[in-house]
Amino acid sequence: MAETTAPEAIIPRADPAASEPHHARDLLRFATAGSVDDGKSTLVGRLLYDTKSVLADQIEAVQRASVDKGLSTPDLSLLVDGLRAEREQGITIDVAYRYFSTPKREFVLADTPGHVQYTRNTVTGASTAELAVLLVDARNGIVEQTRRHAAVLALLRVPRLVLAINKIDLVGYDEETLSAIAKDFAGLARSLGFPDEAVVTIPVSALVGDNVVERSGHTPWYDGPTLLGHLESVPVVGPEVRSPFRMAVQYVIRPRRNSAGTDDLHDYRGYAGQVASGTVAPGDEVVVLPGGRHTTVAAVDTADGPLAAAGAGRSVTILLADDIDISRGDLIAAASTPPRVTSELDTTLCWLAEKPLRPGARLLLKHGTRTTQVIVGAIKGRLDPETLTFGDAPAQLQINDIAHVGLRTADPLPVDDYAQVRATGSFLLIDPPTGNTLAAGLVGYPLADALS
Amino acid sequence: MSAPALDALDALESESIHIFREVAGEFDRPVILFSGGKDSTLLVHLAVKAFAPAPVPFPLLHVDTGHNYPEVIDFRDRLVARLGLRLEVAHVQDWIDDGRLVERPDGTRNPLQTVPLLDSINEHRFDAVFGGGRRDEERARAKERIISLRDAFGRWDPRSQRPELWNLYNGRHAPGEHVRVFPISNWTELDVWRYIQREDVELPSIYYAHERPVFRRDGMWLAEGPWGGPRGSEALETKTVRYRTVGDGSCTGAVESAATSLDEIIAEVTASRLTERGATRADDRLSEAAMEDRKREGYF
Repeated sequence: MAETTAPEAIIPRADPAASEPHHARDLLRFATAGSVDDGKSTLVGRLLYDTKSVLADQIEAVQRASVDKGLSTPDLSLLVDGLRAEREQGITIDVAYRYFSTPKREFVLADTPGHVQYTRNTVTGASTAELAVLLVDARNGIVEQTRRHAAVLALLRVPRLVLAINKIDLVGYDEETLSAIAKDFAGLARSLGFPDEAVVTIPVSALVGDNVVERSGHTPWYDGPTLLGHLESVPVVGPEVRSPFRMAVQYVIRPRRNSAGTDDLHDYRGYAGQVASGTVAPGDEVVVLPGGRHTTVAAVDTADGPLAAAGAGRSVTILLADDIDISRGDLIAAASTPPRVTSELDTTLCWLAEKPLRPGARLLLKHGTRTTQVIVGAIKGRLDPETLTFGDAPAQLQINDIAHVGLRTADPLPVDDYAQVRATGSFLLIDPPTGNTLAAGLVGYPLADALS
Repeated sequence: MSAPALDALDALESESIHIFREVAGEFDRPVILFSGGKDSTLLVHLAVKAFAPAPVPFPLLHVDTGHNYPEVIDFRDRLVARLGLRLEVAHVQDWIDDGRLVERPDGTRNPLQTVPLLDSINEHRFDAVFGGGRRDEERARAKERIISLRDAFGRWDPRSQRPELWNLYNGRHAPGEHVRVFPISNWTELDVWRYIQREDVELPSIYYAHERPVFRRDGMWLAEGPWGGPRGSEALETKTVRYRTVGDGSCTGAVESAATSLDEIIAEVTASRLTERGATRADDRLSEAAMEDRKREGYF
């Protein structure tokens, strides 16, 4: 059901950008998750409103549409629901991306709907998130949907978690109620392997605005940050920075001649890619996989000139000391801590397709910049979302199932466990006839390991 | 040795470059859709950086409504010459002349771009078409994928989009299908302007304040031109204006502005209370689902 909110409840802040200095701000990618009717659309609307990210014509469009629907107050979910089917049915179907910024930071928000295809949407949103905000209704506390979402966030190893306990106005801002929910959740998060310091619980009312952007006067017993305050100050640095160096080769750059037509670039041979984890610098010993040849980084080049070092997330062009046959699909890795090269994989699959998965299926697997054929082996155990254990081994996987599955690939792949390096521990399974993405795959058992 | 952390613009630039390289690695015949506007000019700038010091390994396609600003065509031709790019132009007028398209009563040609675009994609067998769409522009675009599959009719089916996981893009398509690729999906309008300033990217002069004879229609300042205006009671007056988007001259409004520098434009955009499409594009104001409808039928 779509929620409505009174316009007078929305108090836009003073324009934060007006006094904005020209300093470099970083970017936080985060996701929201929650079950139906927990007020997530209103919370997202509140964040957008109060950070002045909703502009006059968008507000007017929502007001016009609300009047057309016979509503007396603007329906904030209309800001969030982008597709006609969503507006007509009052539900959110697909992951939507939202953008807002404050003087401190820019934000990319993957807003994931809770009910239909929750695994597909939560996995999608969480796969690029450095933090997730999980919503619960203060009247209901931790429900099964919360446990399912938290399990997916733990599986995907989202580094930081916020539990936003919403609608605290509807429980009279009762400290005992809220601390009981916080305690329940701390236990759940711990059992899923989240370190205590990675989890924050914030009591909010998205409708009234308590503790979203402005500190609430109704919660004197709460001394933590507001939601926005936390989002602005939490460290962005992901685990990729501390992992060993990995970079998949996307494209080989061989200019042969420069734009002036001379041939001083004749010997230039650069390997273009985005640093997936760790750091790379000239002089580093690297290994090129799956071939296994060792060499040294000669230069880390960009269009703006060579770099002294490049870290995770940076797109670069690497020049190597030795002339090795390298092409798209190869992985350049730190020689001292290389990934293992194997064609037998123990994996955790999130099955996202309507069509079921059976052992023996022949599919395509995309890992880094390489796509290879794969044969599905045994289904070894499926996650029971109620008990959070990997129990039965069904004959086939259905949509939204998360399970341990063995795979055999046609070509050996350089992989790390997902829990160690996300980029080299993740892959897609693709349906050969339709090209559709069937599954999100993780090397190893990152959730089962956390649960045990 | 540790590397410096990326700021927001660095992170967005690296993501866009990654997308360009993925498409160059996986598709046979990509093309950049180029309008001369700031977003497609940014695309070209990022493509150059993605493949430097080698040239950009694909051409540009301009679907030309004929309702152009001469400054933009001049800019386009200089850009193409300077970078040694190949430019394909699909003239909407050719489709009108041979009867494949009929001029609309209101003279607007933006909606007429879809057929020449799809015909050109088929004729040149383009399999990946880069566009400058951003998810912050409009609600339907907020749910668009970075790599988005289109059938032989160019249609977008929002209900059956592939999930986009990590930065593993799945561009598999059948013969006759193609993908639309949006490398600057995650940029906001302000990011675009700040980056243009940081990188000193040249733009068509109409983005900066200048004097121009304009007339008022539907709450917008439209320029005098062969597209039908001013009409009847519409009076031409000279105003100091600039453009926030470049589109068909018949439906792209100028905004009154004195901003002659990027600093002033950024200050203006920052303080603005209207989104760029809402303010200046009549074609997006037609209905609540205007953009979604046009995307479904093959427009970007």
